[in-house]
This record gives sequence, structure tokens and C-alpha cells, in this order.
Amino acid sequence: MTDASVVLRLSGITKRFGSLLANDAVSLELRAAEVLALLGENGAGKSTLMSILFGHYVADAGCIEVFGKPLPPGDPAAALAAGVGMVHQHFTLADNLSVLDNVMLGTEPLWQPFSRRRAARGRLLATASRFGLEVDPDARVGGLSVGERQRVEILKALYRGARILILDEPTAVLTPQESERLFATLGELVRQGLSLIFISHKLDEVLRVSNRVAVLRGGKLVAEVPAAGIGRDRLAELMVGRVVERPVRVRRAAGAVVLQLENVFTPRVRGQGSLNDVSLAVRAGEIVAIAGVSGNGQEALADLCCGVVAASEGAVAIGGERMVADPRAWVARRVARVPEDRHAVGVIGDLPVWENAVSERLHTPAFSRLGWIRRGPARRFARALVETHDVRLSGIDVPTRSLSGGNMQKLILGRALSVGDQVAAGAPPVLIVANQPTWGLDVGAVAGIHGKLLAAAGHGAAILIISEDLDEIFAIADRVAVMYKGALGAVRPVEQWTLAAIGLAMAGNPAGETLEASDAA
Amino acid sequence: MRLEARTNPSRAAMLAAPFGAILFTLLVCALLVAWAGAPVGRTYALLFEGAFGSRFAISETLTRATPLILTGLAAAISFRAHFYNIGAEGQLYMGALAAVAIGGQGAALSNLPAGLVFATMMLGGALAGALLLLGPAVLKIRLGVDEVVTTLLLNFIALLFVSMMLDGPMKDPLAMGWPQSVALDPAHEFSRLMERSRVHSGLLLACVLAVLLWVVQRFTTFGLQMRAVGANARGAAFAGLPVRRVVLACALISGALAGLAGLGEVAGRTGYVTLDMSPGYGYTGIVIAMLAGLHPVGVIVSALFVAGTLVGADSMSRAVGVPNYISDVIVATALLSMLVATLFTRYRVRWGRA
Repeated sequence: MTDASVVLRLSGITKRFGSLLANDAVSLELRAAEVLALLGENGAGKSTLMSILFGHYVADAGCIEVFGKPLPPGDPAAALAAGVGMVHQHFTLADNLSVLDNVMLGTEPLWQPFSRRRAARGRLLATASRFGLEVDPDARVGGLSVGERQRVEILKALYRGARILILDEPTAVLTPQESERLFATLGELVRQGLSLIFISHKLDEVLRVSNRVAVLRGGKLVAEVPAAGIGRDRLAELMVGRVVERPVRVRRAAGAVVLQLENVFTPRVRGQGSLNDVSLAVRAGEIVAIAGVSGNGQEALADLCCGVVAASEGAVAIGGERMVADPRAWVARRVARVPEDRHAVGVIGDLPVWENAVSERLHTPAFSRLGWIRRGPARRFARALVETHDVRLSGIDVPTRSLSGGNMQKLILGRALSVGDQVAAGAPPVLIVANQPTWGLDVGAVAGIHGKLLAAAGHGAAILIISEDLDEIFAIADRVAVMYKGALGAVRPVEQWTLAAIGLAMAGNPAGETLEASDAA
Repeated sequence: MRLEARTNPSRAAMLAAPFGAILFTLLVCALLVAWAGAPVGRTYALLFEGAFGSRFAISETLTRATPLILTGLAAAISFRAHFYNIGAEGQLYMGALAAVAIGGQGAALSNLPAGLVFATMMLGGALAGALLLLGPAVLKIRLGVDEVVTTLLLNFIALLFVSMMLDGPMKDPLAMGWPQSVALDPAHEFSRLMERSRVHSGLLLACVLAVLLWVVQRFTTFGLQMRAVGANARGAAFAGLPVRRVVLACALISGALAGLAGLGEVAGRTGYVTLDMSPGYGYTGIVIAMLAGLHPVGVIVSALFVAGTLVGADSMSRAVGVPNYISDVIVATALLSMLVATLFTRYRVRWGRA
């Protein structure tokens, strides 16, 4: 097979990690000037495949050809030299250096006595103007927006002569407007003859930007189809391996105010956003979502509403009762709390599952007496929790860190939704505060968690969701507000928001604010 | 070469790790012994004999193990809560000094029941050790001051303070000018556990405390909180566990255990305080805790191993021409091998370029 238009060919790539078959004889072709979307759930083998292509891992079997020449395995430099560039989801830029420095970093030999900055600057500007990626070469990367940083990452790859570009979840951190701009850039790259691999789990995006879609599931390539003429639902089905039932929304009447924040400020912590005069009311039976680019104070809001930090000014109340910053008091008030970082905050990974299951209520008479743990009831509770919430594990004594992200989240949500020592009590929690509840989870797990949240709202729980995922917000929220630089915009019913309006507000655009103000009035 | 995390480290491997580490240590040290020109087999046989080969050897090993179990526990409990107390040496001396300050009053105490004096002495020794750690603990909790630095440096302050007391107010006027404290009344000393030996009931106390700590760690809410705070303080705080209180409590318990080690030496072995009373028991306790994987009952076993090595090397060096420094090398190599062995239980090595 010597198809001249094939720029990259992976043949029969197999990679095993212990008993796990991460890639099972995956064969893929990328043609000149096309966008190939690589779709798959977490753990489907996307990252492994790209790591093999990029020389971070060595495949157990199979080979890679770039522009007709075999690529030596296990050599990142060879991939770069062959013209393969990668834009990682988490940028690999040095914040304290300028754009030019970042782009030049690693491109000059060590023994060259002087840095050839002038030539590099010329080349950078030429590359930038050729692809329509304007940047200021002297700007400090730390001062750039997320979208701009991503442009620098792309430029960095192009500067090194990449003809094949791999983008790993490129829109995960962008506002809708920034995504639009990225798509325009990608179009320009393809017009100039580059080939792209676009890794994503956002189906709409995949269908929009790509020419062909390859779906990985359980390490196997299960489909390779043209993007034209395939539906979103069909793609989801291919990805998950079964029909995904999306939770149904029903109209609910909002009840009395449960969570009330009045002119709340939080203390400034270095490197984190803080709340700046935030007022918010969440009513029983409604789901209020807070959107925004991360780092705009969402973490402070979540910590405040989980009882972890105290307000420096203003009042926080549940059902009219003023709350102090003590997680136990919040749990006792029947607040279900789901933190953003499930590994570092939600559970204590080294402890067994059953101890994590009772950690929030350890001090209650249900699980301890005179300082001794009541192991029987605690373990019974953990077993019931695991069963009720379908947490897949080999036993409640395994270290919690061995659970997958989805199972860990089910454990955390299950723990949060329990009341006292009852896993599935009749009454749901009064308030659920969930920060990025489905971050990094696969389609099936997301649907499960959304279903549980909607069910709790149906039973009269007030729910506050903090999310960067706009699909999630539009899927389950009743009312939405956008957070920017510690301030909360107007809370409006979800029907009154458009993707564009949220995007503008997320970027702190005054036009978005005035639009909001006039609508809210 | 690179490391890959094992998803489920096996229990058997974790139990086998310390033994593998010790075997490896003996192999490495055999090279040193051979280098010193001594027959390897005979040297190790003599070392073992010197540690466990006779009633006297066993009694010496047990005597040496007593303070090591306590300082080992002090390190194990504080390290478990991620509070790195490197100051057990200073706390040990403060505990010893407090014991003499209370029990060395001579005639003034003769009217009081000996049991009461002894209990006060124990309390005083524990309290003195704990109080020395109060400062570093509060600084750590309130201001985030690194406890490794503060506890380590406090050792020197504590030692100089003891030196000052031994040359000043607490100096024994009958010691012919030597800087040593007055002696305890024999009525206030630990009883002998073995006839005609130096093994005292401090050993029993140490073992009981080890088992007690294990029970606390495993079966009480405080123990769970301690493990939780040590493993992930942010997660523990989110779950509503009293992180600061737990760290403070662990620090104070750790200091108290080290203080008791000092008290045990005074009340069980020497009877008075001198500046060379502890050949680094406080620091060796850290090695012992690490060898035991921070397990309180494991501390007893690893303290016996270290004490046996120290005692055995002394008698071995007299018989063959290997300096008794070999014991320090063995203990240090054992610690390093143990750290590597623990690494291997949690990761596996993959060859080939990353």
C-alpha cells in the first residue's frame, strides 16, 4: 500500500500494561490535509496511542510510518524531527518567560555561544502571520489568557516544523468564543496542508471540525467513519458500546430558599481567586449552575459552600440559619458535598474504602462510641453504599486510590447523599454542592451522576453546581450565573442564556454584562 | 529504566520487604567485612552470638532495645501524622532531666509513698518531652514553620540546657567534679526483669505502649483521624476531621514517648543523667520506625534488630579485627535497603527508554 496521501500510518499497535491491554492491534491512517478525530472514553487507549506515536512509550508490537518512513520507537526527538507536533491539554509553557523564549526553548544547541534571537524572532513572526496566529513575541506567557497560551503552544509546534499536529482535548479549557477561534485556526492549518489529529470527547465539536472519526473502545479501534452523515447519538453509542440514556429533565417548582449568600467576601489566598461581594440564593428543588473559566473564584465559592473556609465578610445561611466554617456542621445540616478534586480532596486514597465511606460522619454515634470506631455498623454502611451506588470494586478493604475516577466519584456522591447511617434514606439532602461533578468522567458515568442529581432535585434538594463544562450546565441546570474575577453575574434561567452570551460573560466582556443586566431587569 | 506504579501492592510483598532488605544489607556488609580481612561467616556468627547467643547477650540486647522501642514509637507516631519529629534526642534528655529533678530530691521525698513519686516522675518525664515539642508543633500548625528544622535545632538547645543544669543547679556535689546529676533514690527505679542483668521493667512499659498505640491506630476514631491526616491533610480537612488538633496531639504523644525513653534510661539503667547517656537513641529511633514501616508493633521487632546489631558488633569487634562501626554501617544500609524495598513494593521497574 503506497498511498501518497497518507502522511502517518500506525499499523497493528499493541501495548500492554501488566494485565491491561491498553492498545490492541490499532491501525490508523492520517491523510494529508485532513482532520482525524480520535474519540474514546477515559481509559480507551487514546493517550497511550499518542504517547507511543510520540515516543514516550514503546509499543509491544506494531510500527509507525511518518511520510512513508518508519519512525524509530521510543524516541521523542525522532517524532519531532519527523514533523509530528503535539499540543497538550495541560500546556507545557514556562510562565515566567516570554513567548519568544518559550518557542525557542530547546531548539538551540547547547554549545552555540550566543542565542540567535533576531533570526528566531523573524521566523516566529513569519510563521505566525502565515497561519494567522498573531502574538506578541515579547509578552510574558504568565500574563496571557488561556486561549493565547494555546496559540503559543500551536506556534511552538509549527516553529519546529510540524506537519502533523496532535491536539489533546484542546477545547477543554477554552470559552466558546476561544473555541471558535481555535477552529478557525485549525481550518487555516488544514488549508495550508497540515494534517491534524483532534482528541476530544465532546461529540458536537468532533463532528464540526473533523473529516473522519476514529473511535477507540477498550484499547480497540471500533470504528473509523467519515464525520459527514453520522449522528451524535450514534457516536456516543460507538464510544460507550451501548445506548446511552440521557437523563430526562422534568419541570419542577422551586421551593423556599435553602442556601443564601449575602454580600460574601472570602480571604485572599495567593494563587487563588477569592469571592468579591457575592450574593446568591438557591431554592429547594432547583439546580443553580455557576459557569466560568477556572480560577475566577469558583474554588473559593465551593470551599465556602462546603463549610471548609469562612467568609471574611457577609453572611452564609442555610434555611435562614447562619453557618460557620465547619464541615461537620454542614454535614449535620444535611449538606451533600462533592469537591472538585476527587483524588486529593474527596477521598483519602491510602485509606480503605470503608473508612472513606464514613469519614464525614465518623464522630457521630452511628459510627463511633467513646472514641472507638464501631466497625460493624461502619462496614455495613460502606457495603450498602457500594451496592446502592454501584461502586465497582473488589472489596471495601481495598485502598481507595485503586478505584477508577468514575467509581471514586460514585463513592463520594453516595457518601454525600446518605443521611446519618442510612445509605438510601427517604429524604434526600437539603442541599447538594458539587464542584465539577463529572470532570474527567466518561459518558456513561456522567449520565449516571446527572441522573442522581436530577432525582435529588426532584425530591426537593437545592443543588449548586460549579462547572466549566457548558454541556453539563445546559443539560441539567435550571438557573445559571457566570463567575468572573470573584464576582458573580446575574442568575438567569437557563433558557435565557445562549452559548455566546455565556462565553462573553466568561471572558468578562462588558457587553455580556450589560446584556445580562438588561435581561435581568 | 523507569518506574511504574503497581495498582495493588500485594500484602505478602509488603511483609517480605523488611526481610529482603535485611538480607541484602547482610550481603553488602559481607563485602566490607571481607575487605577488613576477616572471615565473613565467622564474623556474622560472632555478631549473632554477641547479640542473642547467651543469657548475658540477650539481656544486653533487651536493655539496649528499651529506649530504642520508645524513640522508635515516637518517630512512628509523628511520621504517621506527617509531622517529622527529628528532635527525639533532645526530648529524651529533657525526659531524663525531669526524672531526676523529681526523683532525685533525696530526703524530701522519703515520706511520700514510692508509687506516687514514681508516677509523678513518669508523668514529669513524659511531660518534659512533650513540652519540648509544643513549640515546634504550634509553629507548624499556626505558621507553617517547617518542623524538621525546628525539632532538629531544638536538640542542640536541649542538650546545652542539660549541660548547663549538670554543671550548675543539678550537679551532684559528690561526683568529684564530673558533670553529672544526683542519683535517683533506688526506691524510685524500675524493677529488674531478669536477675543479675540490666533488663528492667521499662522494657515491659515500652512493649505495652507499642501494642496500645497499634490498638489506638486501628480501632479508635483518633487513630483513623491520625492516619487520614497523615495520608492526605486536605482530604481530611474536607471530611471535617480536626486536622490541627490531630497533628498537635500526635506531636505531643511523640514527645512524651521520647521523654519516657530518657526517663527509662535514668530510672532503669544509669540512675543519674550524664551528657553521654544516649548515643543518638533519638536519631536511631527514626531508622527503627522506618524499618518497621511505621507499624507500632513492628517497631519492637526492628528495635530488637538494631539493638542486637549494636550489641553484637561490640563483642564481635573484640574477637575479630572488624571495627564495631560495622554496626552503624549495617543499620544505615538496612534503612536505605528498606526504603528501596518499599519502593519496589509500590512500583515495578521497567527497562528500556522512557
